[in-house]
Amino acid sequence: MFLAQRRLCSLDSRAKFLKTISSSKILGLPTSAKMSLKIINAKRIEGLDSNVWIEFTKLAADPSVVNLGQGLPDISPPIYVKEKLSEIAAIDSLNQYTRGFGHPSLVKALACLYEKFYQNQINPNKEILVTVGAYGSLFNAIQGLIDEGDEVIIIMPFYDCYEPMVRMAGATPVFIPLRSKPVDGKKWSSSDWTLDPQELASKFNSKTKAIILNTPHNPIGKVYTKEELQVIADLCIKYDTLCISDEVYEWLVYTGNKHLKIATFPGMWERTITIGSAGKTFSVTGWKLGWSIGPHHLIKHLQTVQQNTIYTCATPLQEALAQAFWIDIKRMDDPECYFNSLPKELEVKRDRMVHLLESLGLKPIVPDGGYFIIADVSLLDADLSDMKDSNEPYDYKFVKWMTKNKKLSAIPVSAFCNAETKLQFEKFVRFCFIKKDSTLDAAEEIIKAWTRQKS
Amino acid sequence: MFRNVTAIHLHLAGVFQRKKAGTSLARCLHQTFAMAKRLPARRLDGIDHNPWVEFGKMASEYDVVNLGQGFPDFPPPDFAVQAFQNALSSDFMLNQYTKAFGYPPLTKILASFFGKLLEQEIDPLKNVLVTVGAYGALFTAFQALVDEGDEVIIIEPFFDCYEPMTLMAGGRPVFVTLKPSPTQDGELDSASNWQLDPTELASKFTSRTKALILNTPNNPVGKVFSKAELELVASLCQQHDVICISDEVYQWLVYDGHQHVSIASLPGMWERTVTIGSAGKSFSATGWKVGWALGPDSLMKHLRTVHQNTVYHCPTQGQAAVAQSFQHEQLHFGQPSSYFVQLPQAVWRYRDHMVRSLQSVGLRPVVPQGSYFLIADISDFKSKMPDLPGDVDEPYDRRFVKWMIRNKGLAAIPVSVFYSRPHQKHFDHYVRFCFVKDESTLQAMDEKLRKWKDELRP
Repeated sequence: MFLAQRRLCSLDSRAKFLKTISSSKILGLPTSAKMSLKIINAKRIEGLDSNVWIEFTKLAADPSVVNLGQGLPDISPPIYVKEKLSEIAAIDSLNQYTRGFGHPSLVKALACLYEKFYQNQINPNKEILVTVGAYGSLFNAIQGLIDEGDEVIIIMPFYDCYEPMVRMAGATPVFIPLRSKPVDGKKWSSSDWTLDPQELASKFNSKTKAIILNTPHNPIGKVYTKEELQVIADLCIKYDTLCISDEVYEWLVYTGNKHLKIATFPGMWERTITIGSAGKTFSVTGWKLGWSIGPHHLIKHLQTVQQNTIYTCATPLQEALAQAFWIDIKRMDDPECYFNSLPKELEVKRDRMVHLLESLGLKPIVPDGGYFIIADVSLLDADLSDMKDSNEPYDYKFVKWMTKNKKLSAIPVSAFCNAETKLQFEKFVRFCFIKKDSTLDAAEEIIKAWTRQKS
Repeated sequence: MFRNVTAIHLHLAGVFQRKKAGTSLARCLHQTFAMAKRLPARRLDGIDHNPWVEFGKMASEYDVVNLGQGFPDFPPPDFAVQAFQNALSSDFMLNQYTKAFGYPPLTKILASFFGKLLEQEIDPLKNVLVTVGAYGALFTAFQALVDEGDEVIIIEPFFDCYEPMTLMAGGRPVFVTLKPSPTQDGELDSASNWQLDPTELASKFTSRTKALILNTPNNPVGKVFSKAELELVASLCQQHDVICISDEVYQWLVYDGHQHVSIASLPGMWERTVTIGSAGKSFSATGWKVGWALGPDSLMKHLRTVHQNTVYHCPTQGQAAVAQSFQHEQLHFGQPSSYFVQLPQAVWRYRDHMVRSLQSVGLRPVVPQGSYFLIADISDFKSKMPDLPGDVDEPYDRRFVKWMIRNKGLAAIPVSVFYSRPHQKHFDHYVRFCFVKDESTLQAMDEKLRKWKDELRP
């Protein structure tokens, strides 16, 4: 068939070919010829089609299930945020395209806010890029800066998109797990989970293009300390490596902890992309706005990716976000500022979740930041014999069993591990606590009943 | 390791030498560092240029009537604006993530609306993907379906992102040109006069051809491909087992009784076509950035894989607004009250107004059958004023547009940006104007043209 086609395309047969096709009869091919001769999909997406969220959100979609799985708030965003969007949607010009790399008033607001942390002026046009959520920033950074054959260090457990994004860029992920110190007697904390500095150093080599850092960390809730960040920074400088720092939960840190930006460490601004999220900052995950901040010599490559992927983000949302930012930028020391009030609100919910999980006999890991809490569920010794798929890790089976039998959903932590190391975290399950009181009340009811059943 | 330490040392040494009094060390380091490793990924080679930035900047610096930018300067229809307001004031959970592949009421209505148009059973979950604008749908399709070494046929002149998107996917663009046949003296050229040579088109297909990207109605020429022309493309795609990516963002913007035909509705084409549409162009709300891709599950599943590893979700409220807007259109479909009927009727008049006005200064518009745009032949200017200021190798149309912005207060886009590099010098005698503008903008354009005409008199 190919031979015939090549002959048809040769100069000699052109006239003949023209006559044949202009009679508008397909050359003997059935009208429903399938794409059978070629492999359809590009190699870059081989093996990247499965996705834990699709499966588990489906499970939790049953309205009778109390959903503590997916990381989205069921609390209302602040009123002024909603009001701003409503006002802005009425302005004609804001229904048309804005600047591709970020709506001018938004990048100005972001520059103004973050300059307070970087102690340097940030050029809103050259050192900031607005993206489709922090997810989009991760994608732009990886596509812009990571090449085939590069290695990228990923700390386990990891927000699940890091691995497929690195693979889609043709690079090799190199994993290193957070490991827990023994914690006899005291409460297990996310700060007990650390990287072994020697083990970390062994992962770096001349091919290491970047390390992806997530602080505060999803799912454990760890907030990296100055010393821990210094270890990472030293290695980045030594090996001339980039740092992609996912800081979406930057405002959600609890008493006794402080969020630090690795980009502010000496020698790090020039090699770091710092990523933030409107969704997590203002409890508006559905706005899908995020940003990357960094030096122009890095950001310009993310901008090139932007102009060849989505070009620009939605205008009204960006303007509303800018105005919401100005409200809170003006009152950063005020307890009413959402950057202060939200973590206060969440700390109470965190403590409530810790108490609930402990009452069930679980060992939760108290998070220092973020809005998730993980717990070792193997202590419950639940009867999972009716979960047929025996190849799945323990936590997958547990979550499915718990959703079905207890009407409570969560996310298995091994979903945040690579294939080879799923077993290291298969006893852990992640619960999201950025939920309204009635949701937590419902969870409490389920847990109380469960506890009664056990005893 | 030593190389890096030395590199840092040298930078620091330089920094200390350049340090000004009062400048912090941190600030100096901030400005002078460069990584030793190669920074941009190779997939960005050759795709970092952006002609829009340059011309957009110029247009904002001068007092111009901006007919370059491809978006309306009138608002979206009331029902669409209301739909957005409804999305904001109803369930506050619309502020949170929705389903990754599309907000369910939107995928549902897209499936039923386009199912009727394409005469195809369309499943909202299997055959519809919502994207960040049609631009996002194009990117998703290229990434999903174009591999290293694959050839992609691109019809020139083309919406400028097709070439870099092909390159970013490791593909090889293969160009085939729409060519105008000569017109009679005194008659205006028409976009329907710009055609593909069937022999030339056929010769572009090889065993490495993976996809052909079709844009109808076409940007920038405004050509609406006829059914016969589409059948030609379709038969070649089928013979050579090639995927068709059909960019149909201007599908409602057709004039003079022309019909938009979706190639996916032709026999044998649904299974090998990804059809792309835009809420921005459909509802005059380009800033909402909501688009979609439609196609068979065998293709769409790969777009879904790309989508879940790139943006994952699209903003929820924009999608809710588009869903409600489509519900309105479904109710009024084909009737005079339909926006998809009213919009082209209004824009048709703007087109005619612009076609008349431009001629007064010696620009020769090519009358488009569809889209937001027309191109105007500037050959007369090229022969009368060949030496306009600009770089040595700069195509004439770019120098003309800059001159027009500076001296005549009108901004447009040089059409050579829509051609492949080797062909730009052959097509440097057209500029693109957008006529989807408010009456007041067109009147302001007339003022500028009147002044220009006055300046032409000896």
